[in-house]
This record gives sequence, structure tokens and C-alpha cells, in this order.
Amino acid sequence: MHSHGGGGGAESLFFIPAVAALVAYWAGAMSPRSGRWPWYRTVFFTAGVAAVLVTVLNPLAQLAHRDFAVLSVTHLLAGMLSPLLLVLSRPFTLALRTLDVFPARRLSRLLRSRFVRFLSFPVTAAVLNTGGMILMFRTGLLTAMQESMPVHWLVTFHLLAAGYLFTASVIGRDPSPHRASYRLRAVVLVLSIAAHNILAKTIYADPPAGIPAAAAEQGALVMYYGGGVLELALIILLCRQWYASARPRGRAASVDRQQ
Amino acid sequence: MSAPLRPRRSPRRRNLVSGLLFGIGLAAFVDEVVFHQLLQWHHFYDRSTTSVGLLSDGLFHAFGWFAAVAGLFLFADLRRWHEALLQRWTGGVLLGAGVFQLYDGTVQHKLLGLHQIRYEVDLLVYDTVWNAVAVLLVLAGAWLTYRTRAAVPQEQADA
Repeated sequence: MHSHGGGGGAESLFFIPAVAALVAYWAGAMSPRSGRWPWYRTVFFTAGVAAVLVTVLNPLAQLAHRDFAVLSVTHLLAGMLSPLLLVLSRPFTLALRTLDVFPARRLSRLLRSRFVRFLSFPVTAAVLNTGGMILMFRTGLLTAMQESMPVHWLVTFHLLAAGYLFTASVIGRDPSPHRASYRLRAVVLVLSIAAHNILAKTIYADPPAGIPAAAAEQGALVMYYGGGVLELALIILLCRQWYASARPRGRAASVDRQQ
Repeated sequence: MSAPLRPRRSPRRRNLVSGLLFGIGLAAFVDEVVFHQLLQWHHFYDRSTTSVGLLSDGLFHAFGWFAAVAGLFLFADLRRWHEALLQRWTGGVLLGAGVFQLYDGTVQHKLLGLHQIRYEVDLLVYDTVWNAVAVLLVLAGAWLTYRTRAAVPQEQADA
């Protein structure tokens, strides 16, 4: 149906960065400096890397080219599930704890830089995340992705990076010098979910160029309901953070009858 | 003894806000689970939907999920501080659910043509029942909210 650039086997090169990331994280988690790093964070990181890796490997990559509903599934994996798992694994906390002093200082300076602060501001992150999604479905990008594997890879990278930024800006617990208020994060999250809902319904109503109506309807349902589950997880995590931060402290807490 | 160390804003207002949020969330949840999924009366998309309708629906569903979760966490927080006012909270729930249902039944279904309650039936009956239930919820909620306008948490009343 579509010709593929990139040739067979090129996608196995993606194992290199994936394995490198896993080895680095595992080494950090097992090092004594990590201070009893919780095992579930290592599981989150491993699952997060696996979730994005499967979207660029066959058979999923080939299927996604043929079937719009499968493409929607790969976007949920690369743009929502993988970023959520990676953010929960707190890679920057681990790196700052386990790196040597100089690289750790350099990383911490980078995290405090104006550029990173700008990118990780919830509004910027949400615009990058939602804007990329709208461009993908409403311009020629979707057709280009189906005709050329490298374009598909670039888009997947953008989905992962923008998804990570957005997720981290809303529910991230890695060190961040100017974490936005709960109110702003909640507003940005609700508006992003709304944009996702609206785009899914417009894809249902008005299929993107080159996508048959039946496939567009299926893909839109995957996007709406599959995305909904992950969005609900973000809402719960954000509210739980607020709940933990607003707990009674000090004397009042120690005499709390519910203890 | 267990008085909070830092001053907190009015428990009355917090109970009402928590109830309103949970009520809106509950109505959105019932709309999605019962009318879209179980009964399948509502349609995911209806060819007559206006773009303002899509915008309104997308926003309300996003806010609905958030409201359900946030309302419950706020309620858990009130319990933790021994500030829950169950009647006032219930008033908020009824009021929130009623207002959402009334908005859905009038503006979204009728004005914006989002989708109808059910297809291939006499809609007038459905619309009347839908909106009458909404008005009853609003009235009951407003009454409870008014009745509890001076309510004080049990613990503070005892002290």
C-alpha cells in the first residue's frame, strides 16, 4: 500500500540508545549512592523504554503504516504511556544522586538553566505537546510519515520528548527549581485533555487526508478512550500530590485520631 | 487537641466546593458510562454537531473527570482535618450534578446539537424527563446548601 524508506533492519539500530539508557539507569539504581532506590522505579523505567521501543520496531511499525487504529495505539504508547512511566521513574533524581560531583553539578546547572525552565513551564510544554499533535493530523505530516520511515521516527521522537516534558511539568517529582502552582498545572492538564478530546472527535467527523472513514473512526475511538485512561491516571497523580502536600503537619498530625 | 496549627479557610466553603466538583464529575461520569456505554443511547458523534458543540463537550468531559477526582481528594482532606459537613457536601453534589445535567440537556443537546438523548424515539418525553430531573437536583441541592449556611464541623461545635 505504501512504499517504505529506511530499508529492512535499520530500525534494529534503535536497540543501541534503548540498551544504553537501560544499562545507565540499572547501574545507577544498583549503585550504593542511589540509597535504596525503590525497585518499582526501575520497573517503570524499563517498561517506559520498552513502550516506546516497540513502536519503532516491527511488526508494530509496519502495522501502524497500514492501519490507522494501530497508528493511534503506537501514539498512545510513545506519546503518553512511555512518558508517564519514564517520569514516574525519576531519572534525574537518580542521576543527580549517583553521578560523580562534576557531571552532577553540570546536570544540575543544566536543569536550572533558563532554557530548560522555559521548556518545562507547563504552558510551553502543553503547547509543544498539543501543537505537535494538531500538526500531525491536520497537515501533510501524516502522509509524509506513512511514506517515509525516517519521518515516522522523527515524529515518534517528538511525541516522546514533548510527552515527557508535558508529563514532567504536570506531575514530575524530579528536582525542578520553579515548579508551577497546583492551580496552573490543573488548568493546563484539563485544557490539554479537552484538546485531545476535541481533536479525536474531529478526526472521527472529518478523517485526515488519505485515511478511510472507517479507519479514522476506529483510530479516533482509540485516541479518545485509550487517551482517557492515561489522562485519568495523570489527574489522580496530580491530586494525590496535592493531597500529600496539604497534609496536617506537626503536633496536629501526631494527635490525629485516624493514626 | 487536634485543632489545626495553621488557620484554614472556611470549612463551609470547602465542603461546598468539594461537593460541587464531585457532583459535576458524577454527572459527567453517569453521562459517559450509563448513556454512552451501557445504554448506548447517546452517540459519540452526531453529524449535526456544531464545532462549538465539540468544543463545549471536549471541555466539559475533560473538566468532569478532573472534577470527580479533585472533589473526592478535597473531601478526603476535609475528613482528615475533621471538617467534613456531610449535609452541606451532599447539597453541593446535588447542585453540581443538577447544573451539569441542565447545561447538558439544554445548551449542549438542544442549542449546540451535540447529540440527542436517544434516537428514533419521541424526544420530547426524554428531554422533559431529563431536564425535570436536572431542575429537581438543582432545587434539592440549593435547599440543602441554604439550610447548612451556618453549619459548623462537629468537633468545633463541641469545643
